[in-house]
Amino acid sequence: MATITESGTSPAETPVKAKGPLIYRQSIFTRLTHWLWVICLFFLLFTGLNIFNADPALYFSKQSGVPDMQAVGQPLDNAWLNIGGVNTDNGARGQTTIFGKTFDTTGVLGVSGDPDNPDFRGFPAQVTIPSYYDLATARVVHFFFGWILVATLAVWLIASIFNRHIAAVPPSPRDLRHLPKDILNHLRFRFEHGRKYNTLQKIAYSVVLFILFPLIIATGLTMSPGMNAGFPWLLDLFGGRQTARSIHFLTMSALVLFFVVHIVMVVLAGPINEMRQMITGRYRASPDVPFDAAKKDKK
Amino acid sequence: MTRDKLILNRRRVLGLGAAAATTLTLGGCDTYDGFLGGNDDRGVREFLANANDLTYRVQRMLLGQNALAREYSSSEIRAVARPNGSTDPQGADYLKLKANNFADYRLQVTGLVEKPLSFSLAELRNMPARTQITRHDCVEGWSYIAKWTGTQLGPILDQAGIKPEAKFALYHCYDTMDGGFAGQVPYYETSDLIDAHHPQTILAYGLNDQSLPVSNGAPIRVRIERALGYKQPKYVHTIELVSSFANVGQGKGGYWEDSGYDWYGGI
Repeated sequence: MATITESGTSPAETPVKAKGPLIYRQSIFTRLTHWLWVICLFFLLFTGLNIFNADPALYFSKQSGVPDMQAVGQPLDNAWLNIGGVNTDNGARGQTTIFGKTFDTTGVLGVSGDPDNPDFRGFPAQVTIPSYYDLATARVVHFFFGWILVATLAVWLIASIFNRHIAAVPPSPRDLRHLPKDILNHLRFRFEHGRKYNTLQKIAYSVVLFILFPLIIATGLTMSPGMNAGFPWLLDLFGGRQTARSIHFLTMSALVLFFVVHIVMVVLAGPINEMRQMITGRYRASPDVPFDAAKKDKK
Repeated sequence: MTRDKLILNRRRVLGLGAAAATTLTLGGCDTYDGFLGGNDDRGVREFLANANDLTYRVQRMLLGQNALAREYSSSEIRAVARPNGSTDPQGADYLKLKANNFADYRLQVTGLVEKPLSFSLAELRNMPARTQITRHDCVEGWSYIAKWTGTQLGPILDQAGIKPEAKFALYHCYDTMDGGFAGQVPYYETSDLIDAHHPQTILAYGLNDQSLPVSNGAPIRVRIERALGYKQPKYVHTIELVSSFANVGQGKGGYWEDSGYDWYGGI
């Protein structure tokens, strides 16, 4: 704990220990796009879960099965994830089946809400926008923020090429050689506050910016029948529309995981300093970082 | 002393952060209901829906007019052609036609055309046929692959002579849907003339090598292969060319569109 509080987050520490320089670390483009992504991903996630509830199952295939319509023809039960609800003697129970294994998820998945008057729905009202099932509205909001996400990503990419921020994100071979040490530092809650991102930061941000964002956009577009006609290779790349829907969902899960780790790291590394960095661009570096007036450092 | 203060501050920050996160997520999702739902009179939803117009314009630009939906091989027809929406219309007109195996069925082509036309089912079946194995995607998310047989809509419209002011094809259907205060309303849907003329846009009378079943839209279902299922009207009896949606339902261009779904339906 002491290590964390001494990391230069607060001027209250300074009589004991020397302060590092207040460096200018994040350009206006990085800060602006960062917060726009927060808003976009917030709405995309929760409207996405409302859209998912329209067919709370996922398939690795070109098409989806219809296991509940055996009367009509041969059933094709190819869902790897299926969220549903059943009425039992103990009331309504939510059931989630993953790769053939069924779990009771009453209260969260399948069946949720007031136990006396339960809702049969995939994800519960607390994590969908709108809170009630409204596929039409969820799609309107989802596609609006989808466009904003793509536009913001384009702005970030162009700005980062011009201000060379883009080179600061991918880890270099030298960074990767430092990886074991960096992991050890993180495990000891000993965080560097340098001019550049540390190795694990670079890896995390690279995965989000260069893998997860492009993947979630491309798999989203692969679900569009219009895009399928114009760019049929999307279907081949992702193994069909229903597989693309699964990858879209899994990529979302990876982004949620990133978000959780990201917030934990902000809190551990000094939330005030980290928030100041993403609002004003200024970041209090560790005391061993030399002052450099040429880099617009402040005391 | 300073350390205590700092920890208190940090606790407070953590508390605030947790409170903010709770407001945004757990309490947050119904916060937006008022803005986005059907009762929204602030125009937020309408503004956000502009993104769908953008999608339509950009896709029309990127795709070209005649880019084809993927066609699959017959071995890929694995699931049943899942019927959805209306599956058994009960209107008196329709029941009469069905009783006679649609021998008295007529497809009308009307509206902004030089020469209104009318075809029997036998006449449509005798026109040049097109068979395509395509994927049907429901707006809910599920898909099935099926083989559709029919005749192209484009040549029929050209035969009727499209007037220059015509902008959309309006499909009138026999099946009825819940129209809220209006009671039961016949299903209606529109497409632009690009989709109406698309090579894969057919008046389908066959499904998986059999006559189109009632549950899938007998005797005629319009297939618009680059769009979602609600853009593929079933039980079609009249194709009317119109210049706007002003006199179509509540003005949004289709039954589901009037309930808030996007008109383009290509995404």
